[in-house]
Amino acid sequence: MIELRQLKKNYGSFTAVDSIDLTVPDGELFGFLGPNGAGKTTTLRMIAGILQPTSGSIHLAGIDLAEDPLAAKAKLGFIPDRPFIYEKLTGSEFLRFVAGLYGQDGDKVEHRGRELMALFDLEEWADELVESYSHGMRQKLIISTSYIHRPQIIIVDEPMVGLDPKAARILKDLFREYVRRGHTIMMSTHTLEVAETMCDRIAIIQHGKIRAVGTIQDLRVQATGGGGLEEIFLKLTGERAARETMDVLDA
Amino acid sequence: MPSDATAELPFVQPAAAQPLPSPGLFHLLSPKFISARARPLGKTENKSGRLLAFVLIGAVFWVFVFGMLYRLLKYFRGIPEIGALLAAKLLGLMFISLFGILILSNVVTALSSFFLAKDLDLLVAGPVDWLRLYGAKLLETTAHSSWMVMLVATPVLTAYGFTYKGGFLYPLVAIGAVVPFLLIPAAIGSAVTLLLVNIFPARRTRDILSVIAVLAAAGVVLLFRLVRPERLARPEGFRSLVEFISLLRGPTSPWLPSEWAAQGIMTWLRGEPELLPFYLLVSTAAAAIVFGALLHRWLYDRGFSKSQESGERWVRQGVLGKYVGRALSPWGVMRRELVLKEMRLFFRDTTQWSQLILLTVLVVVYVFNIKFLPLRGEGVTFFLANVIPFVNLILAGFVLASIAARFIFPGISLEGRTLWLLRSSPLEMRQLLWSKFWVGTLPLLVLALALVFATDVLLQVSGFMMAVSIFTITMMTFAIAGLALGFGALFPKFNTENAAQIPTSFGGLMLMMASVVLIGLVIVLEARPVYEYVGARMLRTDPDRSAMWLGFGGATLISLAATFVPIRIAVRRMRELER
Repeated sequence: MIELRQLKKNYGSFTAVDSIDLTVPDGELFGFLGPNGAGKTTTLRMIAGILQPTSGSIHLAGIDLAEDPLAAKAKLGFIPDRPFIYEKLTGSEFLRFVAGLYGQDGDKVEHRGRELMALFDLEEWADELVESYSHGMRQKLIISTSYIHRPQIIIVDEPMVGLDPKAARILKDLFREYVRRGHTIMMSTHTLEVAETMCDRIAIIQHGKIRAVGTIQDLRVQATGGGGLEEIFLKLTGERAARETMDVLDA
Repeated sequence: MPSDATAELPFVQPAAAQPLPSPGLFHLLSPKFISARARPLGKTENKSGRLLAFVLIGAVFWVFVFGMLYRLLKYFRGIPEIGALLAAKLLGLMFISLFGILILSNVVTALSSFFLAKDLDLLVAGPVDWLRLYGAKLLETTAHSSWMVMLVATPVLTAYGFTYKGGFLYPLVAIGAVVPFLLIPAAIGSAVTLLLVNIFPARRTRDILSVIAVLAAAGVVLLFRLVRPERLARPEGFRSLVEFISLLRGPTSPWLPSEWAAQGIMTWLRGEPELLPFYLLVSTAAAAIVFGALLHRWLYDRGFSKSQESGERWVRQGVLGKYVGRALSPWGVMRRELVLKEMRLFFRDTTQWSQLILLTVLVVVYVFNIKFLPLRGEGVTFFLANVIPFVNLILAGFVLASIAARFIFPGISLEGRTLWLLRSSPLEMRQLLWSKFWVGTLPLLVLALALVFATDVLLQVSGFMMAVSIFTITMMTFAIAGLALGFGALFPKFNTENAAQIPTSFGGLMLMMASVVLIGLVIVLEARPVYEYVGARMLRTDPDRSAMWLGFGGATLISLAATFVPIRIAVRRMRELER
């Protein structure tokens, strides 16, 4: 379970995340939607313990992240949007290193690592340096490492970027099965179809505040007028519609 | 109908109606100018302090070089017959060494600017013609590889101008000689890189080049040392004055641009200006650029495409994982994996480990110098024989500080892109820093002990001095490593891609200064008790024990503080870091 209470993040005078209250229970896949610069990544990076909140609290699996960061982080797997990893390690060395960060090693971890890499078609690349991996392969490797220590909670920032259709499908199935087993996933995405088909609940965030939260049905009601997630998203965030594109191109 | 379709979509421009766009040379270079201008104004902390320190250190360096050379040249002027010859020879030597450095650094820089730079995708995909791309990248390469050389050459040339009263036009003459002198190695270096990239993939070429560059630099240092140029300063070593003068008068290398640049400047300064050296410089530079441009047109597209191939893919699972991993097992999984990762990253990065070659050469030169110190015979007192090993400690300290700046200081900066992983995992920053400390310190300690032990044996020091040396260098190693980590965390350069550039950053400079202060403090504190002891031995009395305790105790305390305090600060800093 993830609990955010009055979570706030300021960068100087700019408020990136503004007093968010949110609870994501066990067994839920929660989606975070919003325009660019809305505060999604900042929120996720605060939950992952990378950024310090200006105020408010974060509880992961009942543990206060500020009070006992190491215990809280041990419950967590984080998948960032930009797959920066050690270029001079091989895929399997990187997996082993991450497992080591969570205090895990031995045959079971080796076996799990091989299974995870095989799931994403990386087994042939396991002993090659990461510097020769493509963007998508790095993303797949990071997704694999986030599962290596069997976390209770997974935080994902833009999971589908760079993935081929097969890997995207595998990831969807993996996430659904993982949630079915009682774990929690919180992910941000720009792909509305992904959010619509995968997430149990969705929050729409804009200017650091949550505009709406609930199931797709709840959001339809809140947006008054129904329609697909795209219409709901555009209505709630007040984004300019595509009708202006002709004017822009003619300009 | 196609014409109607176009009319319906007003934003589609008919292709043939407009001439092909072709951005100019300076437009291509404008992002570089704008970034360079923005850099000192960027949102870095403590801007004015950094700028002030940079200007101050630069000024001190310039004044120092200028002052030294001015005095030397003045002395040369006072020597009849051979004074002017010596000055010319010195200038020629300077230009020829700069020429060597420039060729090497241009080859390495051209690899980045022509083949690996991030803006190349944009430029190669855009409507930029080959000649402008070549021109822009050649200028970029020249600027990047020559600024350091110019920093050294400016006070030298100024000193020549002042001593020989070059007059108002002298700066123009110097610029006229230096500009083509810089362009020639840039064009040659770029051409060499172009050929290499067409043979090897660029990323492998970078590895090969960094090793070649380091080996060449090491070779030059070794050669220079083994030749013992200090003998040139003693004409009595030559069979006759005639032989000495004829050696001085003859050109060092008449076919090299370095000789032309030196001649052009020296003939002006002697009041007998010659134009031939300038003709040679300018025409050679022009020829080199034309040749380089033609080669670029012929080979660049193929080379660029080849440079996109990745480098080494497979690595051998060597002894590291097996034996080192097993040896580290008692310290826990997390520490073992951290240490293994550090070692793998170091040994697989050619730019990192190749510096070890240079380091070995420095150490060899250092020991070589100690071996040839005239420490026996007349005039060498018992006192002097005991002071030299003490001075030896200072020098060994400097060697350690520069090694720590190369290998330990960049450790934090190199974690920049992967901090998300370390920060989101249950890893205590203390553990990360201490693992970096031990990985860096242990080899440093082995080297330090070997260095001090070897030189002390060569110097045949007493048992007491040997004990003091070993103790002091051990404490200093820990302290310098602690400082390197602390400064690395306080002044990280997270966005750099080249580890070799990190030690020359502002933080690296601060580390060197702090290390100098530390070494100075420790030596000053220990000087008194050592003096007490040596004096007491000479007079066959008992040394003052309180002075011994105070001196050695103080040095130990300072060393311990310099080890632990910076690491504590680094831990706090890493916890607060937001990336």
